Amino acid sequence: MNLTLKVWRQKNARSTGKMETYEVKGISPDSSFLEMMDELNNDLIEKGEDPVAFDHDCREGICGSCSMHINGEAHGPDRLVTTCQLHMRKFNDGDTIYIEPWRAKPFPVIKDLVVDRTAFDRIIQSGGFVSVNTSGNTTDANAIPIEKENADKAFDAATCIGCGACVAACKNASAMLFVSAKVSQLALLPQGQVEREERVLNMVDQMDDEGFGNCSNTGACEVQCPKGISLDNIARMNREYAAAMAAKGEK
Amino acid sequence: MSLDAKIPEGPLDQKWTLHKNTIDLVNPANKRHIDVIVVGTGLAGGAAAASLAEMGYNVSAFCYQDSPRRAHSIAAQGGINAAKNYQNDGDSVYRLFYDTIKGGDYRSREANVYRLAEVSANIIDQCVAQGVPFAREYGGLLDNRSFGGVLVSRTFYAKGQTGQQLLLGAYSAMSRQIAKGKIKMYNRHEMLDLVVVDGKARGIIARNLVTGEVSRHSAHAVVLASGGYGNVFFLSTNAMGSNVTAAWKAHKKGAYFANPCFTQIHPTCIPRSGDHQSKLTLMSESLRNDGRIWVPKKKEDAEAIREGRLKPTELAEEDRDYYLERRYPAFGNLVPRDVASRAAKERCDAGYGVNPTGEAVYLDFAAAIERYGNEKATVLGLDNPSKEEIRRMGEEVIESKYGNLFQMYEKIVDENPYKTPMMIYPAVHYTMGGIWVDYNLMTTIPGCYATGEANFSDHGANRLGASALMQGLADGYFVLPYTIGEYLADEIRTGPIPIDTAEFDEAENAVNERIAKLLTINGSKPVDYFHKRLGLVMWNEVGMSRNAEGLSRAMDEMNQIKEEFWSDVKVPGTADSFNQELEKAGRVADLIELGILMAKDALVREESCGGHFREESVETSGEQEGEAKRDDENFKFVSAWEWTGDSREAQLHKEDLVFENVELKQRSYK
Repeated sequence: MNLTLKVWRQKNARSTGKMETYEVKGISPDSSFLEMMDELNNDLIEKGEDPVAFDHDCREGICGSCSMHINGEAHGPDRLVTTCQLHMRKFNDGDTIYIEPWRAKPFPVIKDLVVDRTAFDRIIQSGGFVSVNTSGNTTDANAIPIEKENADKAFDAATCIGCGACVAACKNASAMLFVSAKVSQLALLPQGQVEREERVLNMVDQMDDEGFGNCSNTGACEVQCPKGISLDNIARMNREYAAAMAAKGEK
Repeated sequence: MSLDAKIPEGPLDQKWTLHKNTIDLVNPANKRHIDVIVVGTGLAGGAAAASLAEMGYNVSAFCYQDSPRRAHSIAAQGGINAAKNYQNDGDSVYRLFYDTIKGGDYRSREANVYRLAEVSANIIDQCVAQGVPFAREYGGLLDNRSFGGVLVSRTFYAKGQTGQQLLLGAYSAMSRQIAKGKIKMYNRHEMLDLVVVDGKARGIIARNLVTGEVSRHSAHAVVLASGGYGNVFFLSTNAMGSNVTAAWKAHKKGAYFANPCFTQIHPTCIPRSGDHQSKLTLMSESLRNDGRIWVPKKKEDAEAIREGRLKPTELAEEDRDYYLERRYPAFGNLVPRDVASRAAKERCDAGYGVNPTGEAVYLDFAAAIERYGNEKATVLGLDNPSKEEIRRMGEEVIESKYGNLFQMYEKIVDENPYKTPMMIYPAVHYTMGGIWVDYNLMTTIPGCYATGEANFSDHGANRLGASALMQGLADGYFVLPYTIGEYLADEIRTGPIPIDTAEFDEAENAVNERIAKLLTINGSKPVDYFHKRLGLVMWNEVGMSRNAEGLSRAMDEMNQIKEEFWSDVKVPGTADSFNQELEKAGRVADLIELGILMAKDALVREESCGGHFREESVETSGEQEGEAKRDDENFKFVSAWEWTGDSREAQLHKEDLVFENVELKQRSYK
């Protein structure tokens, strides 16, 4: 396949970026999108130019590193995949492809397609955990049976890989799908009950402090989530938040 | 220096308890004055950082990723073992210990492996308490499955994402400590040297991968949890950034490197599709619980399939060779990874491979789909269900067990594995070798520790499925937090370690000089060119099958690659910026030196053992004819290599392995 690529180039966080045009030739339709980017970079290096920086690591669809906006969609046109699992057979010979970094104020560009997503880490640090000591002196794992339905729902929420596609897809750059996935996972499990109210309040506050917008109610996050995290989680987080606020008022 | 493994006295099942009871403790008030550096934040490093911080030490944690949540432990799919005996199928600590020792082909330490089995049950309790959503039965209790090489169901899992869920557990425990200020987290930082002061590990030199700034970090102890080195093969299932640099730098500063040639080749990976390939993808071994592995019986059928004239589903049952079930009736498709891998390669080498390159065998779920469909029909009380209904119900069961793996396969291969058998082929997956450590997980450099895949001690020559996650978390949550006390108890009066000393100057200067050198060669070939060449030599000569001649040739070729790399590599960009090619160049330079050591180690080990098959050492008669032949008389030792300035001149030290509790037997899975 021969393709024309329009790639966002930005030297660092302080410089202004712009789209550059590159031609790549002889790409195998069985290549992944990132392998196509490898070919582009090898061409650039051989020509003495600076290769395109992009985040990637496991290339198995699970680490959540790869964060490209492709033709205006997070992780590109295929559904339920990360960019490393997007294959060139989804494109046509001769296509022009636009490649940009995640666009969101809380995700500043580091270079080219690489953005800083540490805001997500800080949201987790604000309460996205169960406060249990790492001592191994907890109760036997089977001492607390969990209804399979709840366990499955908690698992579905826990599959979030923290890639940030939800933020990138949202016109308000909202992180609610990400935050609600963690809130839901722990709210659905008995282990998460003790800190349930404090957790949702802290995480939502931190999310706001980081500059993420409110839910736009358009559902683009769910559509572009590579792991199919459901909007139901946002509804659950809103209920959790309201209940926690009410409980706080009573106290 | 003689190797003292410091294995505690006493009977096997009491060694760990007795050791814990007598180990030195650090008073909580003193812990506040002790600094520990943890390099790598996967299961071993993340769990260690969280635990040490919670105990009261000041922890600095480093990872090259943008967040510790992305460490490659996240990609482990299948599960984690624990001797809980929830299924009442006869499991016990001893059986988990025994399976692991035997599965590792008797090249691991008894005491370490027993401890691993002993703490395994605690790991599950700990993770469940953290909110890790393991699979559950309808009764609300935890579900289990089986993995290769064992006859009990002791593997806990979370669909095909067990590693992710466990890592998120460790990451959340870390996050809690980061918020408390007990862990200082350095994302996007890479350790580029270890600093040794008066013979003790006292800090590291790290590079900020965003700004390029090289900085000094001191501590009373340094824990290396930097993972494995499978990327020496270029194509592997490791994350692209996985590298040996941190471990290699420690090796060059005096840490012995043990059993480097013990590489695990995993049998169930998605086959290579062409030269563009950057990475191989694993399909969880758990698939072998329900999938049957076969190739055509007749070469002409294999040829017709390769050329697309015949579909696998069109081949009659009697024309299929279920070669694992045929050769290993007791374990069948669940033989250990090394046996399954070698058997697949043997069939493909003999001309029965089923993809265009002839490097694939089938993993077929048709029988399982039918079996589950029939079970479901019985449960629902359906009379005369149609074939389609049975199929649909069976597919639903398979989907609930392995759905995400099937989806991943379909995305990559562009075929529906519910309708046509999956294709699989062995690929480099895990390295059992690593930095030599004693029972306390301390390397030959006092104050420098190694945990998880970065050390060598628990898996022998072959790792059983679902035991890597177990070892990472065991080391991080339950072993290191105790054993490090023995060393740190003597450090309470040391005070903060200064960074303005000659040792830090020297290490930082060396790092800067090397970066400058890489950037000034300005040759003609990108880093990947050298990495691919290295990988090819490694796979062809130091892979699943090896011989003396090939190994010597490999060492020469790699030395040639090393010389060309340092005279002709082209690294664009600058040192003071985000420069991914520069990062890669440093890592590949280290992988080349490691590759030479791996070949040297393999050359010395003139026996077939675990994942590697030495062509000169094969059973020539009896029931095991054609199988790998281990040589306990001459090779029942750990090879620990000392750096002397060049991998080819590394000096061998042997740690004899003593087996007091198990009898060394031929591994038979027949």
